[in-house]
Amino acid sequence: MAGTAVLGRLTWQVAGVTAVRPETPSVRTIELVVPGWAGHQAGQHLDIRLTADDGYVAERSYSIASAPGEPVALTVERLEDGEVSPYLTEELRVGDEIEIRGPIGGYFVWDGADAATPVLLVAGGSGVVPFRSMLRHRARIGSTAPVRLLYSARSLPDVIYQAELERPGGGAEVIYTLTRQQPEGWAGHSGRVDAALLGAVAWPAERLPLAYVCGPTAFVEIVSAALVSLGYPAERVKTERYGGAGAG
Amino acid sequence: MTQTSYGPDDGTLDGNAIGGLLRELFGTEMTTASGTCATCGYTAQVAQALVYLDAPGAVMRCRACAAVLAVIVRRQATACVDLEGLAALDYPPPSS
Repeated sequence: MAGTAVLGRLTWQVAGVTAVRPETPSVRTIELVVPGWAGHQAGQHLDIRLTADDGYVAERSYSIASAPGEPVALTVERLEDGEVSPYLTEELRVGDEIEIRGPIGGYFVWDGADAATPVLLVAGGSGVVPFRSMLRHRARIGSTAPVRLLYSARSLPDVIYQAELERPGGGAEVIYTLTRQQPEGWAGHSGRVDAALLGAVAWPAERLPLAYVCGPTAFVEIVSAALVSLGYPAERVKTERYGGAGAG
Repeated sequence: MTQTSYGPDDGTLDGNAIGGLLRELFGTEMTTASGTCATCGYTAQVAQALVYLDAPGAVMRCRACAAVLAVIVRRQATACVDLEGLAALDYPPPSS
């Protein structure tokens, strides 16, 4: 049934590609026009299904990168040996059609209604994608909820949405840590996210913050455990795992 | 010493990854449903379960004890849904 954004059965439908934009050498954003799209929440994802000429089918989930109310956009990282992401990042063109279903998910979402609760977003690599939706949503609705994004990337050229994250709007804060390579004179953090770094940049647990952690599985396990060690209740740490290399 | 890697990934996902599959089968958003492990009694939202998609079908395991909670295998138009490892699957979840 059309018009049911959260409930109701999911059906595959055809979406048209309206724009593709490179973000980094291995990442690009794909804008879609989805007939009858009933809207989505910040943090939701959708499934993509590719069918080969011989009938072989591959399905993958991708976080929605755009805010509720904006055209649906995905940001996809090309994974070596991936079945789906090389096609999406290298072959897909404006005007092409792909099969999608969504929006999906009700756990890893942020509606922005609670302005009193500080929100900590912790991204590993392309785990930043759902947070771009949340930050844009926050700016669009004029939310004053304190939001801080801690983004772990290998190097500065690997940072997705770099220009946009320089001005996230509305006083949202973006803090980087670069794990492998830092530019000359880098004044930001280096090395992986651990309890020491989180202790320095995360909202104190006494402020009853809500945390979202998204990235590769090993990243999410380390960060969520560190937040719990800092006094965050486990149920206040929402997690979404992308798996490891080769999942795409 | 600066650590540059978060460690090996073994392909373990979580319940978010099967949100689409579960909605296809159950007809509603299920990642916020509350599941109770029949082996150890641990209760958590489906989104928090361990999920493996590299087996034939999707396998959901308990985050506390790793026991199998559910196995979903699809062949053409038929889905085989084995929920034997779940003592309860509550939707909507009991309000906390």
